[in-house]
Amino acid sequence: MKNKKQFLEIVIHGVFLILGLITVGCVLLITVYLIISGIPAIHKIGLFKFLFGTKWASTAAVPAFGILPFILTSIYGTAGAILLGVPIGFLTAVYLAKMAPPKMRAVVTSAVSLLAGIPSVVYGLVGMLVLVPGIRALFHIPDGASLLAAIIVLAIMILPSIINVSITALEAVPKEYEDASLALGATPVETYLKVSVPAAKSGIAAAVVLGVGRAIGEAMAVMMVSGNAPNMPSLYESVRFLTTAVASEMSYSEGLQRQALFSIALVLFLFIMLINATLNFFLKRSKEG
Amino acid sequence: MEKQSISEKRKIYVRFMHTLMILSAVFTCALVLFITAYVLMKGIPNITWKLLSSSPSYIDKRIGILPDILNTIYIIIAALCVVIPVGVGAAVYLTEYAENKKLVSIIEYAAETLSGIPSIIYGLVGMLFFCRFLKTSLMAGALTLVIMNLPTIMRTTQESLKTIPGSYREGAFGLGAGKWRMIHTVVLPGCIDGIITGCILSVGRILGESAALLFTAGFAHVINGFFEGLGSSGATLTVALYFYAKEQGEFDVAFAIAAILMLLTLLINLLAKLVGNIFKKRRNT
Repeated sequence: MKNKKQFLEIVIHGVFLILGLITVGCVLLITVYLIISGIPAIHKIGLFKFLFGTKWASTAAVPAFGILPFILTSIYGTAGAILLGVPIGFLTAVYLAKMAPPKMRAVVTSAVSLLAGIPSVVYGLVGMLVLVPGIRALFHIPDGASLLAAIIVLAIMILPSIINVSITALEAVPKEYEDASLALGATPVETYLKVSVPAAKSGIAAAVVLGVGRAIGEAMAVMMVSGNAPNMPSLYESVRFLTTAVASEMSYSEGLQRQALFSIALVLFLFIMLINATLNFFLKRSKEG
Repeated sequence: MEKQSISEKRKIYVRFMHTLMILSAVFTCALVLFITAYVLMKGIPNITWKLLSSSPSYIDKRIGILPDILNTIYIIIAALCVVIPVGVGAAVYLTEYAENKKLVSIIEYAAETLSGIPSIIYGLVGMLFFCRFLKTSLMAGALTLVIMNLPTIMRTTQESLKTIPGSYREGAFGLGAGKWRMIHTVVLPGCIDGIITGCILSVGRILGESAALLFTAGFAHVINGFFEGLGSSGATLTVALYFYAKEQGEFDVAFAIAAILMLLTLLINLLAKLVGNIFKKRRNT
C-alpha cells in the first residue's frame, strides 16, 4: 500500500516535470526547425550575397535573393518607431506613475491597456484607410503606402509596452530618493525627471528594448500599410520588412524561393534573440539596482 | 513661497516639461479614442444579421462571416483545452516540485524567450511542424497558439501560486496528506484566479492573432461542426479581416469585422479588470 502510494507520487512528479520541460522543448523545436530549414538556401546563395545583396527578385527568370533591403527597412522602420514612440510613451509613463491625479491615471491606464489589446489587423485597416491616403495627400506622392506609414503604425503599436514597463520601473524607485530631493528644494517635476528617471533607467531601457522587439516582429499591420515592394528603404517609398517578406510570398513560394524565405525568418529570429538577450540584461540590472 | 525661491530658468523648465507630459498623456488617450470611435462608427452600421448568420457565396454575391466566427470560437476552445493543463502543470512544477535551481532558471528563460518571439515565426514553425501531421487545419493553428500562450498561462498561474501561504501547504502535510493530495486540494484551488486571468489574457491574444494563423489554419470560409472544423482549414475573424481588406477590397465587411473585434477587445479588457478586482478583494479579506 505504502509502496503504491510512493510510486504514484513519483509518477505525478514525473508528469509535472514533463509539463515543465515542454516549454524548453518548444524553444528547442523552434530554434532547430528554423536553423535546419534556413541554412540550405543561405548555403546555395552564399552568405555574403544573401545578406548584402541589394536586389530581391525571387520570381524573375534569373532570380536574385539579396535581403539587404529588408534588413535595412526593418532597422529603419524600428528606429523610426522608437524615435516617435519612446518620447511620447516615456513622458506619459512619468506623468502616470508620478504626477497624474488618481482619476486621470485610471482613465489613461485603461486606455493604454485597450491600445495593447487591439488586434494588429485593425491597426492595419485603420492605417490603410486613414494614414495611407493622408500621407499621399500631404506629401503629394503617388502612393501613400510607405515606410513612413509603417513607422507611424509601429510607433502607436509599441506605445503600450513602453508605457507599462516604464511605469513599473518608475514605481519601484524608493520613495526616500524623491523625498530627499523634494526636501532639498527641487520641484516635483525636477525631482521626477532628474532623480526618479535616472534611478529607473535600467527599467526604462528595458521598456525601449521591448518596444524594439515588438516593432521588428510585427507583420500584419505593417504588411497592410507599407506597400510591400522590395525597394531599398526610403521614407516615402513602398518597402518590405523582414516579417512581411516572409508573409507575402509564403503562400505561393516553392523551391529555392521558399527556402530563402525560411532563411529570412532565421535572420529575423537571430535579431530577436539578440534583442531578448539585451532585454534580459536590462531587466536583471533593474532588479538588482 | 516655494515658487518665489526658484529661478526663472527653472520655472520655465518645470512648466514646459509638465505641459509636455500632460500633452503626451492626452495624446495617448486621444489616439485610443480616435481609433475606437473610427472603427466602431464605420463598422457598426455594416453589421447586419445577414452578415453574421451566413457563409460567403460567389453565386449569390453574398458575404457572411458566420464560418469565421465559428472558426474563432473553435480555435479558442481547442487552444485553451491544451494550453491550460500544460501551462498550469509547468507553473506547479516550478513552484512546488522543482529543487534544481538551474532547471528552474532554464525553464523560466525558455518561457521568456517564447514570449519574445514574433507571431510570424510561430506561424512559420507551426506550418513546418504541425502542418506536416495535421495538414493546414484549425487544429494546427490551435497548437501553434498553444506555444504562443504558454508563457502567459504559466506566468499568471505562478504569480497566484506564490500568494498561497506556505502554512497552508505545511498544514496539509501535517494532516498526513501526500504531495499530490496537497497539490490538488490546497494548491490548485488556490491558484484558480491566476488560471482565469491567464485564460482571459489568452483569449484576447488568440482573438487578435493573425500572422501565426495565416499559414497554419488557412483561410477557408466553410461552416463546420466542432470536430470536423478542427480537422479542416478555416479563417478566423482576424484572418478574414485581412483578406477582405487587403486582397478583396471589401472594406465594409472588413470594418464590420474590425468593429466586432473591437467590441470583444473592450469586453475582454473590462472582464480582466473586473476579475482582477474581485480576486484582489477576496484576497484582502
